[in-house]
This record gives sequence, C-alpha cells and structure tokens, in this order.
Amino acid sequence: MIDFLNAVIVLANFVIIPAMAYGAQLALGAMGVTLVFAILRFTNIAHGDTMAFGTMVVIFGTWGLQGLGVSIAPLPTALLALPLGIAVTALLLLGTDRVVYRFYRAQKVNPVMLLIVSVGVMFVMNGLVRFIIGVDSQRFDDGARFVVSVRQFREMTGLDEGLALRSTQAITLVTAVIVVAALFWFLNRTRTGKSMRAYADNEDLALLSGIDPERVVRITWLLVAGLATIAGTLYGLDKSFDAFTYFQLLLPVFAAAIVGGLGHPVGAIAGGFVVAFSEVGVTYAFKRVVTYLVPEGWEPAGLLQILGTDYKFAVSFAILVVVLIFRPNGLYGGRTA
Amino acid sequence: MTMREAGLFALVAALIVGTGIVQGWNSALLILNMGLVSAVMALGLNLQWGFAGLFNVGVMGFVALGGLAVVLVSMPPVPEAWSAGGLRAMAGLALGAGVIVGAVALWRRLPAGRIRGLGMTAWVVAGFFVYRAVMAPAVGAIEDVNPAVSGYLGGFGLPVLLAWPVGALLAAGAAWVIGKTALGLRADYLAIATLGISEIVIAVLKNEDWLSRGVKNVNGLPRPVPNEIDLQASPDFVARAAEWGLDPVTASTLYVKAGYSLLLAAVLVVVLVLAQMALRSPWGRMMRAIRDNEVAASAMGKNVTARHLQIFVIGSAVCGLAGAMMTTLDGQLTPTSYQPLRYTFLIWVMVIVGGSGNNFGSVLGGMLVWFLWVQVEPMGQWLLGVVTAPLPDGSALKDHLLAGAAQMRLLTMGVVLLLVLRFSPRGLMPER
Repeated sequence: MIDFLNAVIVLANFVIIPAMAYGAQLALGAMGVTLVFAILRFTNIAHGDTMAFGTMVVIFGTWGLQGLGVSIAPLPTALLALPLGIAVTALLLLGTDRVVYRFYRAQKVNPVMLLIVSVGVMFVMNGLVRFIIGVDSQRFDDGARFVVSVRQFREMTGLDEGLALRSTQAITLVTAVIVVAALFWFLNRTRTGKSMRAYADNEDLALLSGIDPERVVRITWLLVAGLATIAGTLYGLDKSFDAFTYFQLLLPVFAAAIVGGLGHPVGAIAGGFVVAFSEVGVTYAFKRVVTYLVPEGWEPAGLLQILGTDYKFAVSFAILVVVLIFRPNGLYGGRTA
Repeated sequence: MTMREAGLFALVAALIVGTGIVQGWNSALLILNMGLVSAVMALGLNLQWGFAGLFNVGVMGFVALGGLAVVLVSMPPVPEAWSAGGLRAMAGLALGAGVIVGAVALWRRLPAGRIRGLGMTAWVVAGFFVYRAVMAPAVGAIEDVNPAVSGYLGGFGLPVLLAWPVGALLAAGAAWVIGKTALGLRADYLAIATLGISEIVIAVLKNEDWLSRGVKNVNGLPRPVPNEIDLQASPDFVARAAEWGLDPVTASTLYVKAGYSLLLAAVLVVVLVLAQMALRSPWGRMMRAIRDNEVAASAMGKNVTARHLQIFVIGSAVCGLAGAMMTTLDGQLTPTSYQPLRYTFLIWVMVIVGGSGNNFGSVLGGMLVWFLWVQVEPMGQWLLGVVTAPLPDGSALKDHLLAGAAQMRLLTMGVVLLLVLRFSPRGLMPER
C-alpha cells in the first residue's frame, strides 16, 4: 500500500503537476489563437511572439517595481506588473491592426494572405523583443519558491517520496481558472461578448443586426493581448523567458488549438491539457513509478522513457496529425473555414 | 524580360559588385554564393506556393535533410562503428519501416470499427518497443566508438557532388510521406503540420548521434573544389597569382570561392531552366488552374490531390538540393544552426518579395533578400552608432543599443515583407 502511494506521489510530482501547469499555460495561449481565428478568421503565426512581447513588458515592469521596493511577497512581483504588460501589448496589437491587418480586412482577402501578413508581423515582433531585451534567458520570479516543498511533504506524510508544489505552478493553475472563468462569463453573459459570438457565427447577420465589426475586432485584440501576456508570463515564471523558446511555443499552442477545434474556446482548454499531458508523459522516464508498483526483483532495467525530452515537438505533432486524420475538425468540432 | 526586370537584376549585380569594391571581394563572393543557394531554395518554395498554392512552412526540414545527405554520401565510413552495431542498426531501421508499412496495411485491410482502432494501436505500440529493443543497443555501441572524433556510422565515402542529387531524393522521400498524410488539409493546417515536421527533422539530427553526430557536428566534409592550403603550396598557382598582382593567400581564397560560385550558378541555371519549362508547359498551366480554382479544375477531371502531392515532392526536392549545396559550401553540418526564422520564414520573404509564381522573381528575391540579410547588420551597427553618438561612452543604454544591432535584421525583414505585401502584393516581379 505504501509502495502504491509512493508511486502515485512520484507520478504526481513529475508528471501530473508539471503537466497541469504546462497545460494551463498552453490552454491560455491556444485560447488567444482560437479567438483570432474565430473573429478575424486567420491563423496568427505571430502569436508566440505576442506572448514573448507581453512577457517582456511584464519583466520590465517587474524590474521597475523591484527597483522601487514594491513587493507582494510571497507572491511574485510579476503579477503586479501584469496589467502594465497587458496594456502595452494591447496598444501594440491595436496599432498593428490599425497599420497592417485593417487594410486587408477591408479588402476581404483570402485567409492565407493574412497568414502571410502575420509572418511579417512575427518577424517585426520577434526583432523588437530581441532588440529590446536581448536573446539571453531571463528569470524574473521572486517571492516564495514553494507552496509545499519535498522535505515538508515527507515530514508531513512520512512517505519516502516527496511532492513539491512550486508556487509558480499553483499560481498558474489559480490564474488560469480565474482567467478562463472571466472569459467565459464575458463571452456568454455580457452584451459585448454576445455580439462577438454572433459576429464569429455569422458575419453578415451580425452586421445586419447593427454590430460594429471594428469594435468587435478591437475587443478581440484586447482579449488576445490579455490572454497572450498572461500565458507568456505564467510560462516565464514557471520556466524562464527567452525569445526563441517563446517562438517555439507556437507549435504546441497551435496543436492545442487545433486538437480542440479551431475557433472553439472550450476545445482550446481541452487541447492544451491533451498536448501537455502527452508531452510530459511520453518524455518522462517511468522507471521509479514502476519500481514501486511491481514486486521486488521485477524492477525494470531501462529508464522506461518512451522518447527523449528533445522529441517533445514530435509529440505535439503526432497528436496533431492523429486528430487531423481522424477528427479533422478537432475534438469539439471547431469551425471549418 | 522587361526593362524593369533587367534593371532589378542589374541592381542586385551592382550591389554585389559594390560590396566587392567597398568591403573586399571575399565578402562579395560569400554573399554571392549564399545568394545563389538561397535562390535555389526560393525556386523550390516557389514551385509549391507560387505554382500550386501549397503553404509549406517546413522548408528548414528539407534543407536539413539535404545537409544530412552530404554527410551520408561523402564522409568516409567508420568501420569500427559498423562492426560495433551497424548491421543491427540497419535491421532496426528496417524493422521500424516494416512496423509503419504494416500499420498502414492493417488499417486498409481491417473493417472500420473498434477492432481496427485497437488493433492498429496495439500493433504500433508493440512495434515501437520491439524497434527500441533492437535499436537501443546498436545505437549505444555505435556512439561509444571513439566519441570525440566519430561515434557515428559515417557515410559512404563517395564524391561529394553526388550528395546533391541524393539530398534532393532524401527530401523528396520525406515530402512524399508528409504529403500523403498532410496534403488535402486546409492551408493553415498544412502550415502547422509542415512546421512541426521541420522541427522533428532538426530534433532527429540533434539527437540521433549515430546518424549525424548530433550536436557534436560533422566537420571537415570533403569539398568539390581544391583546398586553399594546397593551392598556396603549388608553385604554379603562386606564380600565376603573382601575375595578377595578388598575394597567394588572397588569391587562393578567391579562387576557391569563385569555384563554388561557378558550381552553384550552374545548378541554379539548370533548376531555373527546368522550372521555367515546367511553368510554360501544359502541366504548369494545369497547376496554376488548380491553384486558382480547385473545384473547377477537379470538375475538368484533374486529380487535385495527386497533382498537389507531385509538386510538393518536387518542390521539396529542390529545397533538399539547395540544402545539400549549402552544407557542402559550409563544409560542416551543424544541426543547432537550423532556425525556422532563417531557413523557413526568410525563404518565404524571398519568394513573396521576388514575386510568387515568377521563377525569375524567386531568383531575384533570393539574391536581394540574402544581400539585405547580410548587410543590414553592419548598416544597423552604423545607424545605431550615429544615433547613440551623443550618448556618453560606457552608458548602459548605448551599450545595450549597440549590442542589439544584430537583431535589426529580423525587424528589417518583417518591415520589408509587410511593405511589399501592402504596396506591391504581387512582388517585385509579378507573375505573368
């Protein structure tokens, strides 16, 4: 029995908790992608770099607050800097929309054209981020490191294995729940949210009902700025920030959005967790878990790791392909065009 | 070719000659050589996007496969590694391929339903573990053979130029597999799928040390042109360099680089002529018809999926060819140097700026954008130097700005792409 508990604790410590946190981060990122897709009707390649930009502003805000001596310990100062990050990112996105996307929207161009345009935006944002903050990795978490540390857990329970809950993981989960709840309340209960959903469902009918499309688009960018900045900041607090990693987040984020069904916010959440659990599960070495579960003498010789950690992209990708082949519109049946 | 197009090519030539006069002929030839390679890559992507409207953002993967081909073809084999586990590794690979073929066959044979799903999953999972059991010891044994210098199987020790068509074949094979699964998806799904594939190819190159030495890199690839040191040692060459008024060291580097230029230019011309013939042929017109209206084309009896697969494979093969040329030019395979911004999205900028659908446009875009990519950095350095001149020396802001100058090129490429898309969406040389 103790062995079984130990196995569960190891699994929770190394797979379940990290995957939950990562899944929440991916879900928030994927919701941003899905919102752009539903309202603006294109796939935004620049989303990874939007996340990077938002996080960068938050990092500067954090440094500024730290310099002033402001702190909300045990919580990380970055949470206090989030509104600043969201505001600046929102300005950037609204500016980009005004200067770049609006021109093409007026012409009603093919979505692929907008996809190419977003490649240009990606280059600019990526260049901006690298130019302003540099290419080095940045850590900006402060405050308490752990909610429960391995030693505390062992002393509390008397088990051999410890369970660590890092404060960044706890913050990620709590923040994600709040953000998702707020977003769904906004989309389902407020007049503006309803007008957005109407616009996403049927543009022409929405226009006939007197919905101002430019207002819907502006609000979408505001939401995307919020989601991207929060997702990026949580990821950066949990791991670390560097421009290239954020660019590479594009793949799991898109996998999450597509697996759930593009344009479907609930699907984005489910997709985020599917991708995160598969990535962590497939690249984790299960030796210690199995050692506790099997009788003595049956311990596995190998690491029981299915793929090396460097292949985590392969996992996102494999899920993506499987879903696209068997359920082309995603688990929740997103929109088709 | 109109006056305007000829003028644009003359501009690129003038830029390169100007570089030669200002920064030295060595730099000019370096830019020219990579420009030629970039032009071939852009031609490959232009086949896919310009001819057929396929949104491939996995160019980097095909380029890297071309690079791998150079290692596999031209490096001498490592006999100790082969005897340590070569045959077993080959058996493992064959087994892996067998599992995949078997899975596809099972899927086709079994009736649809739960049995098929479960059966295939079980087959794949079991096959994966058998594959691992065969492969892992072989990989370990190979990687233990003198890891500092080899630790991999090596290649076939064949002439390096043979690697160029092999690179194209390797990329074509990969493209066929990808195309079979991912084509027919919507444009944006295809984009994400190809992006994923290219990352996986790089992950394989970085991690499968037995194949490509991974992050230890393969250095000293054989060269199709003479070595500088040999040239400097040859009295004949030194005498001839003296006739031109050059010292032997400069003369030998220029000679080698010019040799590469001729080789690369010859390939570019062949690919360009073939692409141009394809564009003018009924096949090319059919491709463009499919691109412009798939429904109408398929109503005319054109097999859209098969044609897409065909041109996806051909375009990827050209990218693989370019990748092999590039690795030969570099003389080394460094898997960590493959970055999507540089090897996928920059090629996109080249095609769009040059004019998608126009082969000459792709060549122009490849050379021009590559020139910008190289020269924006010194220009940015100079610009920031001027801007920050009033700041006191040693100020943190000044240092930071100057250090960031290297990142100016990404910003510039983005702005160039956005400007072209806005004001000349069909590129500098519009399709005709």
